[in-house]
Amino acid sequence: MVIKILGSGCKNCKKLYHNTILAISELELDAAVIKITDFAEIAKYNTMRMPALVLDEKVIAKGKVLSKEEIKKLIS
Amino acid sequence: MLKEFFELLNDILLKMTWLNNLVDDILVSVFNMDTNTLIFSSLSFFIYDVIKIFILLSFLIYVSSYIQTYFTVERTRHVLSKFKGIGANIVGALLGTITPFCSCSSIPIFIGFTRAGLPIGVTFSFLISSPLVDLASVVLLASIFGWKIALIYVAVGIILAVIGGTLISVFKMEKYVEDFVLQGDIVTLEEGEILTRKQRHKYAFDQVNEIVKRVWKYVIIGVLIGAIIHGYIPADFINSILGSNKWYSVLVAAFAGIPMYADIFGTLPIAEALVLKGVGIGTVLAFMMAVTTLSIPSIILLKKVVKNKLLITFVAIVSIGIILVGYIFNYIIII
Repeated sequence: MVIKILGSGCKNCKKLYHNTILAISELELDAAVIKITDFAEIAKYNTMRMPALVLDEKVIAKGKVLSKEEIKKLIS
Repeated sequence: MLKEFFELLNDILLKMTWLNNLVDDILVSVFNMDTNTLIFSSLSFFIYDVIKIFILLSFLIYVSSYIQTYFTVERTRHVLSKFKGIGANIVGALLGTITPFCSCSSIPIFIGFTRAGLPIGVTFSFLISSPLVDLASVVLLASIFGWKIALIYVAVGIILAVIGGTLISVFKMEKYVEDFVLQGDIVTLEEGEILTRKQRHKYAFDQVNEIVKRVWKYVIIGVLIGAIIHGYIPADFINSILGSNKWYSVLVAAFAGIPMYADIFGTLPIAEALVLKGVGIGTVLAFMMAVTTLSIPSIILLKKVVKNKLLITFVAIVSIGIILVGYIFNYIIII
């Protein structure tokens, strides 16, 4: 499983990254979490609202900082 | 009669004159402070302003966030694609004031709008008005300077966004966008999800929580600076640099504000204190506009998607616009 966090590195993006890491460790999943800050790369995912969460190349949330629990629901 | 009623309402709800009196009374009766001391005027200003801003801020963010759930970036783009010419710039500037997005989304929005075929001038109108004018800051502005100034501020902000975007179109700046912005898929029109009322309330509540957490430091620092200016810095000194009779006052304010990055909520208390010291309202508005629209971090981000020529044009147009607004406001208030 590959999870990507899209966003230019603002506070909200960092928070989403942090919550994602927590969710994964609590679920004991074997997943890679990658931050995508390059705009050309971000633009490929067809979304304008940051930060966005991408699960195996599919955008599953955008424009909001999901809580740890919300992320758990989405990825498990 | 009606006018008096509204003024009363304004004093109670927005200016919160009762709060100011309450703070003063407590300082005098409980802490035995002398009302003529500098520490008293600073402390009174600080306590009153912090409480007032946080009450207003929480309430306003809640209301404006709830309204904003009806507007999404996707819908804005769809609406904008139906307008042409300066009409598109005007609608873009207006939508900029109510469409919510995190500042880190501005570049993806720029890319998304441009790929969808919107003229970059229209996108710039949207992106200029967005940080400049928003519901919460306008009401806060009204609470400090009154509704007349707040409404003129909104009008001027929107005009600046419309003219700025239009000029970028007139100068044919399309070719100065980085290549990767135009290459790649045309972004499909995603439909924003439809929310229930409960979800809208939750969104509004989360926004209050998040924004207050994000801006409280700026507000405290802003009020602190405001309080120091209020109590300790002599009016003569401030007026010698920023006084409305000094021709360079607006320039100083604008150039001090451009590189700075702060939230509008943090700059308002500084603005308030400066106005109380006799600085021209135009000078203060120029400072606030410069702080909110242009900053070193936002210019660095923009640099990644546009070439130098467009970047410099953008910064120049906005700076000149802000300076003009400052002089016009100072002139209007004098007459």
